[in-house]
Amino acid sequence: MTAPAQAPQTAELGRARPRKEDARLVTGQTNWTDNIVLPGMLHMAFLRSPHAHARITSVDVSAARQRPGVIAAFSGADFADEQGSLPCAWPVTEDIVIPDHPPMATDEVRYVGEAVAVVVARDRYAAADAVEAIEVDYEPLPPVLDIRTALDEGAPKVHEAGNKSFVWPFANGDIDAAFRDAPVVLERTYRQQRLIPSAMEPRAVVASCVGGEFTLWSATQIPHVLRVMLALVTGIPEQNIRVIAPDVGGGFGSKLQVTAEEVLAVLVARRLGRPVKWTESRSEGNMTVHHGRDQWQRIKIAADSDGRIRGLDVDLLADMGAYLMLVTPGVPLLGAFMFNAIYKMDAYRFNCTGVFTTKMPTDAYRGAGRPEATFAIERIMDDLAAELGMDPLELRARNWIRHEEFPYTTISTLVYDSGNYEAATEKAKELFGYDELRREQAERNARGGRDEHGDPVRLGLGVSTFTEMCGLAPSRVLGQLAYGAGGWEHAAIRMLPTGKVEVVTGSSAHGQGHETAWSQIVADQLGVPFEDIRVLHGDTQVAPKGMDTYGSRSLAVGGLALVSACDKVVDKARVIAAGMLEASADDLEWSQGRFSVRGDPDASKTIQEIALATFAAHNLPDGVEPSLDSDATYDPDNFSFPHGTHLCATEVDTETGMVKIRSYVAVDDVGKVVNPLIVEGQVHGGIAQGIGQALYEEAVYDEAGNLLTTTLADYLVPSAADVPSYVTSRTESPSDNRLGVKGVGEAGTIASTPAVVNAIIDALRPLGVTDVTMPCTPERVWRAIQTAQKNGSAS
Amino acid sequence: MEISVTVDGARYVDNVEPRMLLVHYLREVAGKTGTPIGCDTSNCGACTVLMDGVSVKSCSVLAVQANGASITTIEGLANGEWHPLQRAFHEQHALQCGYCTPGMIIAAADLLRDNPHPSEQEIRAGLEGNLCRCTGYENIVRAVQRAAEEGGTS
Repeated sequence: MTAPAQAPQTAELGRARPRKEDARLVTGQTNWTDNIVLPGMLHMAFLRSPHAHARITSVDVSAARQRPGVIAAFSGADFADEQGSLPCAWPVTEDIVIPDHPPMATDEVRYVGEAVAVVVARDRYAAADAVEAIEVDYEPLPPVLDIRTALDEGAPKVHEAGNKSFVWPFANGDIDAAFRDAPVVLERTYRQQRLIPSAMEPRAVVASCVGGEFTLWSATQIPHVLRVMLALVTGIPEQNIRVIAPDVGGGFGSKLQVTAEEVLAVLVARRLGRPVKWTESRSEGNMTVHHGRDQWQRIKIAADSDGRIRGLDVDLLADMGAYLMLVTPGVPLLGAFMFNAIYKMDAYRFNCTGVFTTKMPTDAYRGAGRPEATFAIERIMDDLAAELGMDPLELRARNWIRHEEFPYTTISTLVYDSGNYEAATEKAKELFGYDELRREQAERNARGGRDEHGDPVRLGLGVSTFTEMCGLAPSRVLGQLAYGAGGWEHAAIRMLPTGKVEVVTGSSAHGQGHETAWSQIVADQLGVPFEDIRVLHGDTQVAPKGMDTYGSRSLAVGGLALVSACDKVVDKARVIAAGMLEASADDLEWSQGRFSVRGDPDASKTIQEIALATFAAHNLPDGVEPSLDSDATYDPDNFSFPHGTHLCATEVDTETGMVKIRSYVAVDDVGKVVNPLIVEGQVHGGIAQGIGQALYEEAVYDEAGNLLTTTLADYLVPSAADVPSYVTSRTESPSDNRLGVKGVGEAGTIASTPAVVNAIIDALRPLGVTDVTMPCTPERVWRAIQTAQKNGSAS
Repeated sequence: MEISVTVDGARYVDNVEPRMLLVHYLREVAGKTGTPIGCDTSNCGACTVLMDGVSVKSCSVLAVQANGASITTIEGLANGEWHPLQRAFHEQHALQCGYCTPGMIIAAADLLRDNPHPSEQEIRAGLEGNLCRCTGYENIVRAVQRAAEEGGTS
């Protein structure tokens, strides 16, 4: 690989700019999808399956149609010929089973919440009332809820083809040799519980159809992908579809989807010739926004007696839910390359089985595959350290890739371009007071696990030295992994006659701060003031080309596309400036928004002067087109690999099982930073979501397949009182791209879950506790202690 | 039922169904869409407004209960210039997607009215009824501290 070009040294890169987008958000002048009102607009409400699995024998919407204010009511059969099947864009193997997935069920329902019928009424109250009048007869079928038994012979089937969707294997190195005669072999089974992404803005859709041209407003992360998919699913010509993602209130992967409600809104708008809106309630959303995680992980590690890892063997069962949605089967595969994490080893084997159940489909949730993998490896590394009587950071240091070894090809065949695990860990230890805390822990343990007040509160220190692959993704790699699209991103720069700049990005923001960060990048590249730049995104008519936002790709891919587009603007401007200055283009120097004639600094033209001259086009050199506008499509050569060391100290009350996070230190290396405010905010939020998984959150289905956690009273998204204050810092090993950036959207979530759980286990290990299933609620922690003590395994 | 409500200084008189929620009244009848809806069980706090100066979750109040009341939403908080909390949220990067922000700022305003100089723990406890999924709360706490330092309740 080539050495990274020197990033420009100007004022904006690295500057902690408060965000441009805040002005509308702090004053309530937002444009959420649910705010949109169109003339004649109707409201949709769905009747949803109360059964986890049932055959539909009849649907009668006639009574609903008679209700006041109701314009229409439809069952799945009414759209059977046009609704198509919701797409799965990631058929991970050739023999993968991808069941038909009608947006509205026609013959069979396979999870609680699946849409069965829709009412369209003049207001949302009337629509909700009329749903009650729909009569559906179901013939219940047995639910399938546990992926560990779903593949047993005789198990009830979710789909006719059975409950197995795919098996995806990977191996590198001689795994049998690595485990043969290994002095230490540990095997663990970890549970990645099912999570509900819980973006604060519920999903919402508005669709209109005028003269065969469709506009869909949706609270989506992926307006561009959605447009293509709507065309493929419904047969509506792509050029007749415009998708707009207005202000979008968070996504975390949950709005990286093509949903039943989006497809049906388009079809209903066409059928009725009137615009329609649908906004979900939170209870509806908890049931029907795709869920995340839900894996059983069997992980086996072989090591030498000095702690050197010989091999790693991973067997995953991944719950697909009832259907494969946009990237459902690909999520666990993103983890396949991450179990080996930052460690060197001789051999690695991975096997993933995707299993159907009668539950809401799973799909991308912040980190998507990588948090799961990081959790498993970081948990077992702590157990291995305990087994060897070694400090967990010492064990990691013996195995990690040293900074002088980059670029490094890992056992899972990725090429890590940069990193410095030593530096991040050293800094984290210092900020955390690692050695002092270890001493305090030893003192407490010597007092029988009591704190300085004599209370039965143990101290635990949790370690997570994580990395991740992000900046999704090099298109050729996606092709090798059978993904249905590329991983490039598009950007366009429009130089306006007044010298101001419009930046068009295909990366669709939903809270990340693109309008600010993109302005900073372009300000540096073109030498124009930050305030003179406007960033346009999230509308396929305004930003016609894009791959949208997920996988921490916006900056590492979309940001680089901006740089390429700016290059082209400068190249065009150089020719025109040469004409204006009556100099050779080769004699011009470009610096901070100005072309100067070498050796004659007074002879210069600013990019704004060139923009105006280009607009007028009176005296352009022969054959030069009168435009500086440029666009670029950037396809990355490689993923980027943020890393960091997160350290967590927990106080665990061994009588109540209550866990309190006492301190949390995160040192992240995300390469060069465009805006430290935004980066720090991403880390904070990511940590909180990872803490949520560790301590609070779980989507729970009962034995009949009913979701019990339908509200925010049952599904515990952490509040300000549930999370600690975080100490964050950074190290900087620039990535091998022109901005030196990596991506930060998922890092905190990937790192924090194992840091917290490792800290809990570290506190309780003297009692013989080696695992607590997430979320580590007081009851579970307490029970783990009781079980360990009953087994007499305390040391 | 006819109700008369003052919203952000303007008086509205409307006929509403007795079951209509205040938040739906604000958004769909009065056109005050600055106040969003995040849940249906009053857990998230996104719809928090001030009713006669006291914070309420407007999904848990019927429009008819607001008859005769004065409501302040995020849209009416600024008084010529941004409220100190609005400024502090911006400067401290206390919002990302911004969906929880209206409710969070209103709840924080009510918190500072009760307790002009809250500790970090008091801020965290005081905002417990307002959920944010983006920020991890760190910068929200900082922003409320900053606004408090500036004496920022008005």
